[in-house]
This record gives sequence, structure tokens and C-alpha cells, in this order.
Amino acid sequence: MDFGPFLLLALMEGCVTAAVLALTAVGLSLVFGVMRVVNVAHGEFFMLGAVVAWFVTQAIPGPPWVAFLVALAVAPSVVGVVAVATDRLVLKRLNYDPEATIVATIGLLYILQQAALTLFGPDARPVPAPFSWRIQLPWFGWSGYKLFVIVAAVAVLLAVRALMTQTKAGLVMRATQMDRDTARAFGIDTDRVYAGVFALGAGLAAVAAVLIVPISQAHYLMGADPLLLSFSVVIIGGLGSLRGTVVAAVLIGLSDGVISVFFSPTLAKIIATLLVALVLVFRPQGLFGTKSP
Amino acid sequence: MTRALGLHLAVIAALLVAGFVLPAYHHTNVARIMVMAVFAMGYNIAYGTTGLLSLGHALFFAAGMYATGLGISLLAVPTGPALALGVVAGAAMACAVGLLALRTGGVSFMIVTLMFAQAGYLTLLYFGPVTGGDEGFVLDRATRAVGPLDLSADMPRYFAALALFAVALLGHLALTRSAFGRSMVAMRENEERSRMLGYNPFAVELAALTLSGAYAGAAGAAFAVMFGYVGASFAGVQYSILPLLYVLVGGAGTILGPFIGALVMFYLIDLSSLVTTATLFVTGAALLLIVVFAPRGILGAIRERWAPWLP
Repeated sequence: MDFGPFLLLALMEGCVTAAVLALTAVGLSLVFGVMRVVNVAHGEFFMLGAVVAWFVTQAIPGPPWVAFLVALAVAPSVVGVVAVATDRLVLKRLNYDPEATIVATIGLLYILQQAALTLFGPDARPVPAPFSWRIQLPWFGWSGYKLFVIVAAVAVLLAVRALMTQTKAGLVMRATQMDRDTARAFGIDTDRVYAGVFALGAGLAAVAAVLIVPISQAHYLMGADPLLLSFSVVIIGGLGSLRGTVVAAVLIGLSDGVISVFFSPTLAKIIATLLVALVLVFRPQGLFGTKSP
Repeated sequence: MTRALGLHLAVIAALLVAGFVLPAYHHTNVARIMVMAVFAMGYNIAYGTTGLLSLGHALFFAAGMYATGLGISLLAVPTGPALALGVVAGAAMACAVGLLALRTGGVSFMIVTLMFAQAGYLTLLYFGPVTGGDEGFVLDRATRAVGPLDLSADMPRYFAALALFAVALLGHLALTRSAFGRSMVAMRENEERSRMLGYNPFAVELAALTLSGAYAGAAGAAFAVMFGYVGASFAGVQYSILPLLYVLVGGAGTILGPFIGALVMFYLIDLSSLVTTATLFVTGAALLLIVVFAPRGILGAIRERWAPWLP
């Protein structure tokens, strides 16, 4: 294959990574923005979404797209319920103290991993794609499902944006983010906002996982990479800034796709990790310097 | 002061006696726990005393472990100097990370240290032909002796671990009692106010982190020689979380807390593995329960209720 088509393939694969990463990272960013909580268990919510999707597709007979659509609804709901329970039972009791919540979410990370290991097992398991349709380009064929992943992720992101900017729920969330005490003084039930935001953030990770799991398999340790990549994204995009997060996810997803096609993936990861850490050191507000959501 | 010193000397004496009476299985366990406690003490200097929440201490532990291990196996450095090399490597790595990471604070510090440690872990994998990658390498039995002391044998290993532990413990106690130790506490309690009083938070925190790295490096170096194995898994994120867990369980900011935390968690996981394979759950549950119900840890609670003199 020539360089041109090869680069095109790398960019297209990068778009899939970017789409899924944007969903996951927006969840993390939302939680940090509104609640000031760094959710170290965010990758495990992603993993849980994939595992639930596997169980759903096993349980539901019939054409794969039916099971897939059910999984797309069930997985975020299950993960959202786990998130609300975590918020009510743990985070709220800690009064959302930044350090204590980090420790608590590390604990949650281990518990969710163990739960997946016990109930799901140590093997990686595939989930069938909802449809098999190939796009035939002049140089190579490409899975139509990957295109669907990109479209679906963009749709969900637009929905999140509409939720944050157009609805009362979004207004309430933004008010809580700006000033929790004043929001409370104006009669906003900030406890409910926090629970809702935590569930929404976790649910976005679960949706991303359901979308990607027909391409990469479900495994109980699959949460580590999305977590670190999401950290990179929210750092470059600016902690808590949604627009910056999406831009950074596209940037990182595309470069990840291109670099791992042309260079050693491990080396690419090392360099990317160091660069991101340096961004946080020298530009704590992120590359885009946006502080507003 | 005398009461505190007496208590710590008594703990060391008890461990000395235990070295002669413990059955073989627990003998090895306690030797391992003492080395891990040194690692946890290093973590405690950064987190408990100075208030730096790091998730990258595995990098310092692994720096010590690999400097010693590779020094012995690749460069044929004698074991004694190789151990010293491990301490220096841990301190140097911590200092280098600190120079960059300490420009940030709070949550960002945690993320930056996590990412540096992850880069270190990936680097070990990338240079697999030298480092052994995931599988690591085993140190030759003949090279695991310092002078006449064969550290691969049970008795010398136990007492070498105890010696390291004793030096680390008394050093930690002396540090906390010193003026410098108090300035570290000042950083934890209120960095802005300390700055206003004329302290240089960056310098104090960098020194604390370097010292913390020296402890971690010493533990890593000792671990390599005493147990004869060097592997990339020791650089993984779980080895950054372990000392945090030990310190939180034992009591952050207390001198004996890291040891008690290591002892309790080691045997908790050891005993629970008799009835269940869900050891990850034990770790996770311990973290959650401690942070929700006993944020001061075991010794912190004892100090609060019964023994306010406890350092």
C-alpha cells in the first residue's frame, strides 16, 4: 500500500480512537469540573460497561443489532446505578474532599476489578458487532461499524452539549460548578446534582465502552488504558473544560492512531505520557487555556 | 521524647527476638514486611509528613531495584556498593521527578507523578532485552552476599532486613523531631502561611521527596538482593498504591504507622487468601473502609484517644 492510503487508514483508525476517547474523557472532565473529584475508577466504569454489554449480548437471542441496542441502554444504566451508589455511600460521606476521594476511588477500582474477575472471568471475550457492512475504498476495505462508532459518539457528544447549554438540568449543573454554596442558597439540591453528574460521567464511559467492545474485546483489566488516556486528554484540554476536552481527544486520538501505525506503540506511549505530564507542569490550565466549561 | 524513643527501640527489640523464634513461613514474611515497611516509611515522609499525595512511588522503588539488580548482573558491581547505588538511584529519580512535578500542586501533582511512573514502567518494557521486560530477571545466588553475609539465606536476610528497618525507623523518628521535619509538617498544614513566614515550600518539598525516594530506593535495592528477583511488575501502579495503603491503614504521619499498616495488610491478604481468591477486593475494601470510617488509621486513632505523645 502506498504512503497516502496508509496514512488515510491510520487517520481513520485514529478517528475511531478519538471518538471513543472523547466520550470517556468528557465523562471524567464533567465529574472533575462540577464535583472537583478526580475519579480514578473512571476506567473501571468503562470496563464495567463493556462487561455488561457482553452479558446482555449473551442473554438476548435474535439478531445482533437487537442485543446491541439493548446493551447500549442497559450498560450505562447499570454503571450509572453503581455510580450513584458510590456517590451516596462513599463520596458524599467524604464531603468530596479531593484527596480522600482519590483514595476512595482507588479502592473502588480494585473492588470493580475483582467483581469483574469473579463474575466475568480472566479471559477476554468478544462481543458481536450489530451489523457487518464493509465500506470498499479504492485502496482497502473498512468496517462500516467503525464509521457508525464515530457517528454515534458525535451524536452523544452533541446531546451532552445540548444538555449542558440548553436545558434546565444543564443550567443547574453549571451553577453548581461555579459556586456550590450559592447554588444551594438558591434552592438547588446540590446532592442530587452531584449524584446525577457522577452517574452521567460514568454512563458516558459505559456508552464509549459498549461502542468499542465489538472492535476490541471485553476484559477485566481493560480500564487502565482509557483511564490514562482520559487523564492525558483532560490535562491537555484543561481540567474541567468540555470543549477543550473534545478538541484534545481528537488531537490525541488521531496522533495515537498515526504514531502507533508508523512507530512502536510502546515508544509512542512513553513519549506521549511524558509530553502530557510536561504540559501539566508548564501549563497547568491546559494547552487551550480555557477555564470556562 | 524518651517514652517515644523507648517504644521504637522496644519494637526493634521485639523484632530481633522474633527473628529467633518465628517459624520459617512467618520468618520470611516478616523479613519481607520490614522491607516493604521501609518503602512505606518513605511514602509516609512524602504524604504523611509533608502532605504530598504521590501515585508514582513505584518509580522510585523500581529505580532502586533496577539500579542494584542491573548493577550486579550487567556491570558486575559488588553487592555492597550496588545496594548504595540503589539508594542513590531512588533519591535521584525522586529529585528529578520532584523538580518538575512540584511545580504543580494537589490533584495535578498526583496525576503528574502517576504519569511519570507509567512512563517509567513502559520504558522498562521497551528496553526488554536489557531489563528482562515483563518477566524480569533472577539474580544469581552467588551475587546476593555482602562480604560474609549470604542474604539469600533465611537468618542473615532477616537480620539484614531488620537492620535496614531499624535505621530507617530511627531516622524517620529523628527527622520528625528535627526542625526540618517540623517545616515539612508546616507545608502539609498550610503551604501559603509557611511561605509568608519565610519558608521556601519548593525547597522543603523537594528535599522531602528526595529523602522519600531514597527510602523507596533502599527498599527496592534490598528487595532485589534479598529475594533475588527484579521485574517490571514492581514498577506498576499497584506498587505505588501499596505504600499509600500501608500508610493509610497504619496512620499517615505516624512513625510506626507504615510498619503496622504493612503488617496488618500483609496478613489480612494472606489470611483472606485461605478462604477466598478475591484478594483485590480485600485491598479495595480496606482502602474504602479506612478512608470513610478511620481516616487517621490505626495509630492515628490510638494517638487521638489514648496516647497523645505518640510521634
